[in-house]
Amino acid sequence: MSNAPSLPTETKPAPAPVEKIKVRVDGKEVEVPKTTPDPLSGRPLPTTMIQACNAARVDVPHYCYHPKLPVAGNCRMCLVEFGTAAVGQDRKPVLNPDGTSKISKSPRPAIACATPVSPGMEIYTNTPAVKQMREGVLEFLLINHPLDCPICDQAGECKLQEYSVEYGKSESRFVEPKVHKPKHVDLGPRIVLDDERCILCTRCIRFTKDVVGDDALGIVNRGSYNTLTAYPGKQFDNNYTLNTVDICPVGALTSKDFRFQMRVWFLKETKSLCTSCATGCNIIIGSREEKVYRYEPRENDAVNSSWMCDSGRLNYKWIGRADRLAKLQGPGSSAIGWSAALKEISEKLKQAAKGSTALIASARQTNEELYLLGKLAVKLGAMTDSVPRPGEADKLLLNADRNPNSLGARLTGISADPMGSNLPKIAEAIKSGRIKTLIVFGEDVTELGMSPDLLGMLQTLIVSDILPNATTRLAHYLLPGCAHAEKRGTFTQTKGRVQRFMKAVEPPGDARPEWEFLHELILNTTGQDGYASIEGLFNQMAGEVPAFKDLSWAGLGDSGVSIPI
Amino acid sequence: MIVKRKKLNFWERLYLPAIIGGFKVTIRHFFKKKVTMQYPEEKWVVPEGYRGAPYLVKDQEGRTKCVSCQLCEFVCPPKAIRIAPPGPGGSPEAGNVEKAPKEFEINMLRCIFCGFCQEVCPEEAIFLLKDYSLTGTSRQELIYDKEKLLALGGVHQDQIHKWKQKADEALAQGVAP
Repeated sequence: MSNAPSLPTETKPAPAPVEKIKVRVDGKEVEVPKTTPDPLSGRPLPTTMIQACNAARVDVPHYCYHPKLPVAGNCRMCLVEFGTAAVGQDRKPVLNPDGTSKISKSPRPAIACATPVSPGMEIYTNTPAVKQMREGVLEFLLINHPLDCPICDQAGECKLQEYSVEYGKSESRFVEPKVHKPKHVDLGPRIVLDDERCILCTRCIRFTKDVVGDDALGIVNRGSYNTLTAYPGKQFDNNYTLNTVDICPVGALTSKDFRFQMRVWFLKETKSLCTSCATGCNIIIGSREEKVYRYEPRENDAVNSSWMCDSGRLNYKWIGRADRLAKLQGPGSSAIGWSAALKEISEKLKQAAKGSTALIASARQTNEELYLLGKLAVKLGAMTDSVPRPGEADKLLLNADRNPNSLGARLTGISADPMGSNLPKIAEAIKSGRIKTLIVFGEDVTELGMSPDLLGMLQTLIVSDILPNATTRLAHYLLPGCAHAEKRGTFTQTKGRVQRFMKAVEPPGDARPEWEFLHELILNTTGQDGYASIEGLFNQMAGEVPAFKDLSWAGLGDSGVSIPI
Repeated sequence: MIVKRKKLNFWERLYLPAIIGGFKVTIRHFFKKKVTMQYPEEKWVVPEGYRGAPYLVKDQEGRTKCVSCQLCEFVCPPKAIRIAPPGPGGSPEAGNVEKAPKEFEINMLRCIFCGFCQEVCPEEAIFLLKDYSLTGTSRQELIYDKEKLLALGGVHQDQIHKWKQKADEALAQGVAP
């Protein structure tokens, strides 16, 4: 994947060690580097007071500052008081009688997001003056704000709401009519803008200009009439527009997909991964009562920074589709129970002659499932492969490989080299009658050169899938599986980062996580007992697959671990 | 514990004095003012501030006041309220309010008449009115939907006209509300 310079990755050479300086934040001493790399270019920039405050774990309210964007310094919410080490006429530090450095307090406040720290600096964030300044700034921001929280999608995750609770007044002193601006402006195919709610922080403008490189947004008019808008005649339609909805501190930019769908405080947040390409962006799934409402990017500087693409973000509706496979089916579409079905299948597999079975797995499956399928294939002497999904890459996050776990398929030995090269051989072997049993996981093989007539020649066709297709309709045994949001597991993304995802919703009907029934199937077929928990299974795989050596489920953490590839 | 049964004396064992005593009470009440009410033909008039069943209201212009902010659904202790927001299209009939509930259900079997919904409502759209006798022949019948709640709630005499003011103010500035 070609990475834009804006996304720092851990593959970059480590920069030379930076000089450290000591500052005090509210009396607490912290050591911060003198310079911090710019989030976009990587150039060293002087460390700012807000970064020092973050290092001291002191929260400074802010709207326009975003750690992944250039500093604008226009919202003024992060005003703090500070003092610097006093220097005498001899250019030497002035000392107090007790030997400590004398601090000369600045008569004026400064914005923490854009003021560099200096050695010995003291930052005060909890003085009465700072509180008054925050109250003042907030009062100005609310002068023209419509205060329509009951209908605003941002309510519940709105910085304006949060700081109003802390620093706001219960009544407005402003008696003049508010300035009205356009509401529900159609900015692009996925974004609706409410200009009245906008507090003009310019985060969205900086994001689309500096991160995406699509200079589509800007502010027009003056004073109170400042209005965010798209360039005349231009649509705000690049593939990263929905990130502006995330970084908008208020409800000005709203997602057309999520608009008026559900209040955010009802959503259960589950750490997961995007499955739309091999980049493996870290996401949070927002779900309520077994329904997925949205994906949001989750920060991981080694993979996706704080962003994700719109195509991946909106690719979730299939999880809740009404035609999901939810019924376990035996021969002739007969109803059957899991233990009976797995017993019958393992009997058939035990009787099958070595080499008379082929296995086509999907590179959309997890490492654990591919590992278990690999074990099964070894026992059966089966030819295996998975299916490539080429697409077009962009310069930011979208990978040309649209499978989330191609690398996992390769490392577990399921995929041929190159991926998909065994598929014609399998088709040929079915035709010649050499292969009598075909196991298919998560792929429609009728689109891969195996026509329904050819599949009809098989003695046994075992299919596991999530959604119905031509192959599932022909299956002798149809095992309904789970979407990634319905189970736990790990994917290996394109650069070799093994990342895990958690379960957000329950699978429909009979559907079960594939690794769960594969564990039973392997026990029945080979007599090898494995682990009945995902943690144990992963650790067992780490012990057996050389590429995953030294990994453990617990050790993966939320942001994953990189393996050499 | 064993309760000792007191042995009755002759006078008590006679039985008649107790009967006469009972009749005396009856006769006394016979000539007093009646306290019984012929319920259900005669209905109790509830006092001001009584918390009866929660219903939705419309404003004088006939707009459903609820904007489906779902705060009542959130605050409802027995989870009796269910709201379906309008979805991306919004609610065109709501004008500049943009949002109205697509569906609004209160399960009156679950409702505990606590009044939190009325208290939390930022739009004055739900009120605990004075209905106290809710009956039905099935559980389904006692899940009141939006139409039923609005019909029962009636019109709220809104004094503030928050949204109308907003729209008028915007129009005066030449901005489409």
